[in-house]
Amino acid sequence: MSARATIERAKSEGRAALIGYLPVGFPDVATSVAAMRAMVAGGVDVLEVGLPYSDPLMDGPLIQRATEAALVGGATPADGFTAVREAGAPALVMTYWTLVDRYGVARFAADLAAAGGAGMITPDLIPDEAAGWHAAADEHGLDRVHLVAPTSTPERLALAARSSRGFLYAASLMGVTGERDLVSTTAKDLVARTKEVTDLPVCVGLGVGTGAQAAEVAGFADGVIVGSAFVRALMDAPDRASGLAAVEAVARELAAGVRKAASVAAT
Amino acid sequence: MHAQAARTPLTGRTGPYFGRFGGRFIPEALVAALEELDAAYRDALAEPEFMGRLDELHRTYVGRPSLITEAPRFARHAGGRAPARILLKREDLNHTGSHKINNAIGQALLTLRMGKTRVIAETGAGQHGVATATAAALLGLDAVVYMGEVDMRRQALNVVRMRLLGAEVIPVTSGSRTLKDAMNEAMRDWVTNVENTHYLIGSAAGPHPFPTMVRELQQVIGVEARRQTLALAGRLPDVVCACVGGGSNAIGIFHAFLDDPEVELVGLEAGGDGVETGRHAASVSGGGLGILHGTRTFVLQDAHGQTVESHSISAGLDYPGVGPQHAWLHDIGRARYASVPDAEAMEAFALLCRTEGIIPAIESAHALAGAIREGRRLGPDGIVLVNLSGRGDKDVDTAARYFGLLGEGSGE
Ligand SMILES: Cc1ncc(COP(=O)(O)O)c(C=O)c1O
Repeated sequence: MSARATIERAKSEGRAALIGYLPVGFPDVATSVAAMRAMVAGGVDVLEVGLPYSDPLMDGPLIQRATEAALVGGATPADGFTAVREAGAPALVMTYWTLVDRYGVARFAADLAAAGGAGMITPDLIPDEAAGWHAAADEHGLDRVHLVAPTSTPERLALAARSSRGFLYAASLMGVTGERDLVSTTAKDLVARTKEVTDLPVCVGLGVGTGAQAAEVAGFADGVIVGSAFVRALMDAPDRASGLAAVEAVARELAAGVRKAASVAAT
Repeated sequence: MHAQAARTPLTGRTGPYFGRFGGRFIPEALVAALEELDAAYRDALAEPEFMGRLDELHRTYVGRPSLITEAPRFARHAGGRAPARILLKREDLNHTGSHKINNAIGQALLTLRMGKTRVIAETGAGQHGVATATAAALLGLDAVVYMGEVDMRRQALNVVRMRLLGAEVIPVTSGSRTLKDAMNEAMRDWVTNVENTHYLIGSAAGPHPFPTMVRELQQVIGVEARRQTLALAGRLPDVVCACVGGGSNAIGIFHAFLDDPEVELVGLEAGGDGVETGRHAASVSGGGLGILHGTRTFVLQDAHGQTVESHSISAGLDYPGVGPQHAWLHDIGRARYASVPDAEAMEAFALLCRTEGIIPAIESAHALAGAIREGRRLGPDGIVLVNLSGRGDKDVDTAARYFGLLGEGSGE
């Protein structure tokens, strides 16, 4: 099933979709893939498979540490395709653009499609620079997910919407990845502004980590995107088995969260 | 078609793209700030009052125009019996000791114009950090400077200078703990605080409009040097040499000569232990096409596109990318890029100290080494213009260790 169909099925169940990020290769490729499967078992609807990059300038310290370790372990873009193939849910690659540029965008799209990938989220490829990717994505039927930000003008929201397929990723706050105590108040406003220009599902990421926060975001967005909380669960665990269990438990809590908003909204 | 291309002037070329290089590979969250900056700097540079204020600060604060000094003893020692003439463009005499102040003052004025109150910067050698801290003190802005831990150690003097000037210096402990990691950290700060913060990038690198804007703020070097060379020698130089880290001092002196086809432009990258060893910082000579810090350019990277750590004795050249305009000038053959290993740069460093009484920055010593090579090639009728981008006070520790000058002996 495509990412959009999955998000829409969740909507028909009266809830938001849960989208989970994990970088491939942390702590090693096999464990990261097992962790993605545990996330799906715990209730994650759509996976974001991160490709570790040496200069992750949009990531906070936690994901930096995880991707640095993944690189020391030798993780490559090809490992990302393995994860996409084995994750057990619709999966999109999320990556800094230079890795795709180096791989060759046409070859990357072909290999991603061959692995059964749903598409790609491109946090540092704005639509203005994306002509090559858009063509390759169209050729292989891949979703192309661009980001919108609190500073996006109405014109840029429309550009991102026109340029995207699958869903739109709303970066809820100005900053890097990492958990926050409070869901930013700008998120709700950004989702509302984005919905004025598009029928695409709008999913919110950055700073969401707990079931309560997931419930709050699910109250106004079509999908809730969580990354650092999964990475932390894996990082803090003393061994592989407890790491996988912890990841699944986080997914369960968040999955309950995205359903709680539905029951609040229903009453 | 060729004649047409030849007639199109190279000066005044602006981004976002230089051939297949440049662009904006950045998060959407920063687009608004880059567009605001692009509009603000273009308005400002076209406005007589703004340019008047910048010019006044150049004259009364920075010390512009900087001198041209002929270096005959250096030329003789370097070039044997029939040496070429070597002229030094003395950016080392600027306030704060390098060309970096030209850019920092300009961008600090723009920060005020945009109504922002805080500047952040990355620094390698510390010269750009000092320049930023200085401009911020002068104009009443808050300044935060990110600096790799390794660089804080090798350029300790500049850390103290920044702190004296009221800037906060934040050590960066990720990655290679040098310039590229400082830039990553500054970008993270910027995306978080962009509302009140300007990211005062220190080189002609980064996303559009930085490569073009920094070039425009540095091109005063070449405008002055071209005029001064004509006055001193009665003709243009045969070769212009400049060191290339991100490329701001080089593009600053090259720009005025771009449409003088008889003038060869030579950029000297840091060769570290030698390009063949893989331990170097020569992105044009030894890198591949990639994206780093928001721009498509030559990058030191592995087969998967991961950035490879650069190596150089010079903190200011220790960067695994290069400004996109240089990548393009290389592509079209208008400028030539060569690498200078640490040892050759240090030899040129020592020679300038002893023959001319000028202690250069180790960065600039790479350009001096290039001038020695070019001078030998040209012979007695040649004129080589060198951008002496900075002075070497910050480098005395490194030089003392390199030449063994701190012990009991003479160090000879
Ligand atoms: C004296 C001096 N020259 C050159 C450089 C290299 O920078 P760029 O290539 O931008 O001129 C630096 C950087 O710190 C410097 O301090």
